Amino acid sequence: MIMFEDVTKFYPGQSRPALRNINLEIERGEFVFLVGQSGSGKSTFLRLILREFRPTKGTLYVAGKNLGTLNQWKVPALRRQIGTVFQDFRLLPGKTVYENVAFALQVIGKSTKEIRQIVPETLETVGLTGKEGRLNEELSGGEQQRVAIARAFVNRPQILIADEPTGNLDPETSVGIMKLLDRINRTETTVIMATHDSTIVDQMRRRVLELRDGELVRDQSKGVYGA
Amino acid sequence: MRHTLRETWSGLRRNLAMTVAVIVTMGVSLSLFGLGLLTSMEVDLVKGRWYDKIEISVFLCIETTTGGLCEEGKGTTDAQRENIRAALEANPEVQEVFYESKEAAFEEFRRVFKESPIVGSRTADQMQDSFRVKLVNPENYQGVVSEANGLQGVQNVQDLQSIFEPLFKWLNGLQWATIGMSVLLLLAAGLQIANTIRMAAFTRRREIGIMRLVGASNLYILLPFLLESLVAGIIGVIVSSVTVAAGYLFLIERNAKTSIRTLPWIDWSHVAAAILAMAAVGLALAIIPTLLATRKYLRI
Repeated sequence: MIMFEDVTKFYPGQSRPALRNINLEIERGEFVFLVGQSGSGKSTFLRLILREFRPTKGTLYVAGKNLGTLNQWKVPALRRQIGTVFQDFRLLPGKTVYENVAFALQVIGKSTKEIRQIVPETLETVGLTGKEGRLNEELSGGEQQRVAIARAFVNRPQILIADEPTGNLDPETSVGIMKLLDRINRTETTVIMATHDSTIVDQMRRRVLELRDGELVRDQSKGVYGA
Repeated sequence: MRHTLRETWSGLRRNLAMTVAVIVTMGVSLSLFGLGLLTSMEVDLVKGRWYDKIEISVFLCIETTTGGLCEEGKGTTDAQRENIRAALEANPEVQEVFYESKEAAFEEFRRVFKESPIVGSRTADQMQDSFRVKLVNPENYQGVVSEANGLQGVQNVQDLQSIFEPLFKWLNGLQWATIGMSVLLLLAAGLQIANTIRMAAFTRRREIGIMRLVGASNLYILLPFLLESLVAGIIGVIVSSVTVAAGYLFLIERNAKTSIRTLPWIDWSHVAAAILAMAAVGLALAIIPTLLATRKYLRI
């Protein structure tokens, strides 16, 4: 599903690489934690998968595409296979739960009929049935993150990227969110989650990738936060 | 599509003041641009018409004339005349030389003024023999004029070019002034559009971010902005087209054409050509700044 072959990423004007010689493969349906201190390269790792930029060196395959040679105009098609969730939710203000989720389908040209069918299903999956008409300002943090996950998942992507999804939530709410991500993972969706939350990583016992100063220092199946 | 139209509409409404400013600037600058184009067409037309007719008249001496290179009390001798003809014909700027005898000139005089009392005021002997010279390029008249002025037996050289030249200079100046001003204004209009769109993109940056994230195509993201500036651009083009057409109708078609018949005037086909050029510039001016202004938000 995702394959890094000797991938190095330099940002312009910086002498130290943000990622250095990364080699790894993530299979379809895997659940992977990405851990490491701030500045260790986690965000760069995720943004490379999203093809926000290309690797400086090495080859990166995502969903069968070589991102180094992928045509610029094919990037939107790639992004439709990847759902993304952030620490700060990034919901659109002034829109309801339903509208926020439907937006992701509208802008890729799905018909109203399809949207009316898929959105309620997805809202049910994330446990927001009955709250479709709420404005996101009226929701709790956990609920907002559920909306964001619904938006990321509504197009049934092959890959779900979560960048510190529980970073703004209390432990109890975080557990709910993790259960939800686990459920999504069981639908053969590859989940890659960057996190600082050691409790979650230690409880879930999934594959752990640890980055330090841009290098992959640990790749452990059924791993823990700090080895 | 509905989303696109709704976004366009809300963008236009949100930036109503800026949109109106864009339309006004666009309308005025395109009108000026059209005015410049029409002026230059008119100047070309007038030049073309007159240059065909413009010739240099080289008047020869008769007994009663003075000045020039005439010997007092004597007409130009045959030898001098042939000399003058040869000199004129040898000049590379000269296309053709006709000789108009004083008798022929008198006939022409009588023909032109046959209904005027002055027709009887002259006799054939008071007319001058002359050479009529047609030039290869009417704008390069000075060499021929100064050469003819230096020939023995030439009383006077008249060139219509020197009479028209100040007029042409003035028209040329006018034409460049209008085009220059319109270019400045068009530049302002372009910058204004770029600014308006940049602001609109900034207010929608969250939406744009999400759209890019979920894989909306660039065209889809761009379309509301493009439509927004196109609406302003098209209204600007319409306003300026109406202005130019109305200006033509009232100033030239209904006025100048009847009062100044001696000049050739531009017609509706010229106006149509100018409006086409204005539309092309107007649309380019809406599209290009928009693409530049949104580039930053669309970079993947």
